Amino acid sequence: MSERQAAAAVPLEPPKPSSRRMWAYRLEIDPSRTGSPWWMTIVSVLLALLLCGIFIAANGMNPIAVYDKMIRGAFGSSFGIAETLVKAIPLLLCGLGVSIAYRISVWNIGAEGQFMVGAIAATAVTIYFPNLPIYATIPLMIVFSLAAGGVWGLLTAIPRTYFQVNELVTSLMLNYVGLLALDYVVFGPWKDPKGFNFPGTPMFNEAQSLPVLGDTRLHMGLLFALAAVAIYALLVKYTKWGYELRLIGANPEAARNAGIPIKRHILLVMLISGALAGLAGMSEVSGVSHRLMYGISPGYGYTAIIVAWLAKLHPVGLAVSAVLFGGLIVGGYSVQTIGLPSSISNMIQGAILFFLIAGGMLSKFRLRRNG
Amino acid sequence: MELLAQIIAAAISSGTPLLFAALGGILIERSGIIQLGAEGIMLLGAVIACIAFIHTGSLAVTLLAVAGISIALGLVHAFMCVTLRANQTVSGLAMTLFGSGLSAYLGKKVSGTPIPGSVPKLNLNFLDGVPFLGPVFAHLDVLAWFSFVLVVAMHLYIHRTSWGLHLRAIGDNPPTADVMGIRVQTFRYGYVIAGTILIGLAGADMLLVYSPTWTEGMTAGRGWIAVALIIFARWNPVRALFCAYFFGAMDTIGFKIQLIGSEIPSYFLKMIPYAVTILVLMFLGWRSRNKPSGSPQSLGLPYIREQRF
Repeated sequence: MSERQAAAAVPLEPPKPSSRRMWAYRLEIDPSRTGSPWWMTIVSVLLALLLCGIFIAANGMNPIAVYDKMIRGAFGSSFGIAETLVKAIPLLLCGLGVSIAYRISVWNIGAEGQFMVGAIAATAVTIYFPNLPIYATIPLMIVFSLAAGGVWGLLTAIPRTYFQVNELVTSLMLNYVGLLALDYVVFGPWKDPKGFNFPGTPMFNEAQSLPVLGDTRLHMGLLFALAAVAIYALLVKYTKWGYELRLIGANPEAARNAGIPIKRHILLVMLISGALAGLAGMSEVSGVSHRLMYGISPGYGYTAIIVAWLAKLHPVGLAVSAVLFGGLIVGGYSVQTIGLPSSISNMIQGAILFFLIAGGMLSKFRLRRNG
Repeated sequence: MELLAQIIAAAISSGTPLLFAALGGILIERSGIIQLGAEGIMLLGAVIACIAFIHTGSLAVTLLAVAGISIALGLVHAFMCVTLRANQTVSGLAMTLFGSGLSAYLGKKVSGTPIPGSVPKLNLNFLDGVPFLGPVFAHLDVLAWFSFVLVVAMHLYIHRTSWGLHLRAIGDNPPTADVMGIRVQTFRYGYVIAGTILIGLAGADMLLVYSPTWTEGMTAGRGWIAVALIIFARWNPVRALFCAYFFGAMDTIGFKIQLIGSEIPSYFLKMIPYAVTILVLMFLGWRSRNKPSGSPQSLGLPYIREQRF
């Protein structure tokens, strides 16, 4: 036996304990886990509330009392519940729009701008065709808002598909353009001459307003939103188009190799995504405010991103999370009476998104004992 | 000449926050991590600067507070992207949404209160008589001068030092860098935090120099314009300087047109920077359709040592 073979026969020494040994446990990715458990979502939301509670406490308030007030404001009375549902309508439509885009990894964050142009287009119908009957006005407003939102979505999709421009930047830039366009019409040409300088158009008449339920503010837009969600669920589950969307989302490379026209899909998806947000704008002006006015959206388009993420893009989940975030917005308004800014709800929304992502990733890890 | 100097001076004043944010973004993205939270970080930087300056009146404390919050945010982003390997795009988006919500919440009490004092200016009186140089450089604030120094320093660091070579290596090819003995994860943490400090400083600069009163959402999309600038500048600090001033000029050109007394409503003039951003990105995409964009090759890909390539 040569020296060399003898050396090889000696078993390798176990590796010396390194400084990493001070950690008895380590995290590693568990390849068998793909989804995250349902309770992770709840844990994420609770942790987000805990973090925001620290900021509330730093402001000299009792976080539990504040949260209690928010929940009572949003869900504690029939008025509160109706208001929550009213806020849930645009969130559901916009959230559905962005989830369709997120399904194929198109990061549309432009729902806010698409909402604005939809609202402007719907109002244009009332300005330029003021005396149409209700069965002509409402469908025309719907078509106009869908078209305007869709075009706004295409303005994001075309640079993405043909010029390789990051859609995040484009869609966000278009939000500001849409917002400025809205400011222009309500401060400029469409301002109500009898409105004491209020930045808004004249009030819509009966024929231009969506029917409401009883004496609440809950309007027919809820039916649009639920119908859109149902159609989306069926299309994604049962059609070739839906199958191709799921394939692109799961593995774009495989989809491309399978000959699926990804560019055409992106264009169509952004058209739909924008159109849905545009419809949300129409239902808001025609169903709630009955006029186009300054600050028509308290950031529905941005909240919709978190609505979609909390729902994991699932249709039923979208409806649930839209109601939850609608409640969060209403709750944010109700704590203004005790001297807290309503932007508290924006803070909670952002924190929820953070913990959702972290929780979703963490549940793919497993804890392993070292050694 | 007079007008050109005026435009350049205005471009520097509104372009400096963009420049800081773009430089921070370049540092982060060169290490292979996508940074889309710039808008939120800038807003938080601005609101913390406002609160700290109103309460202490000391510029040093203000900048330290901004650095502190930025380090915290950078740690969060690095933890999400490097340790948890979460989707970097969504992590940045979450930071933007959280930052705008939290800044609106924190800033409610100081909203509308002008800050006491300003950033000291570096007065170069001997330049006063010189045409062009005088109006542009004679009375710039120290943060603008710091940004010039930073551009040169970052250029030299990235392209002329071995640490800069390591930075490019972990952004382009982390497995190779790892084999070379560079601690990829540690350095990514470091660069994300360092870059986030610069982005926070961009927000502070915006508040301390450009518009000295806190208003909700005051950055108005500038964080996202900075993200576009990074692409426009091909991840190069010196190009970022010129791009930032170009966008700074676009930002102020609306005011200039209004001053001349044009009939165009101001709302359309305010759309210019946003529209230009999209058009420039489209032009760039069209021009470099079959060429590499200059982006770090592993941008957005988490590095896992055990993973085979």
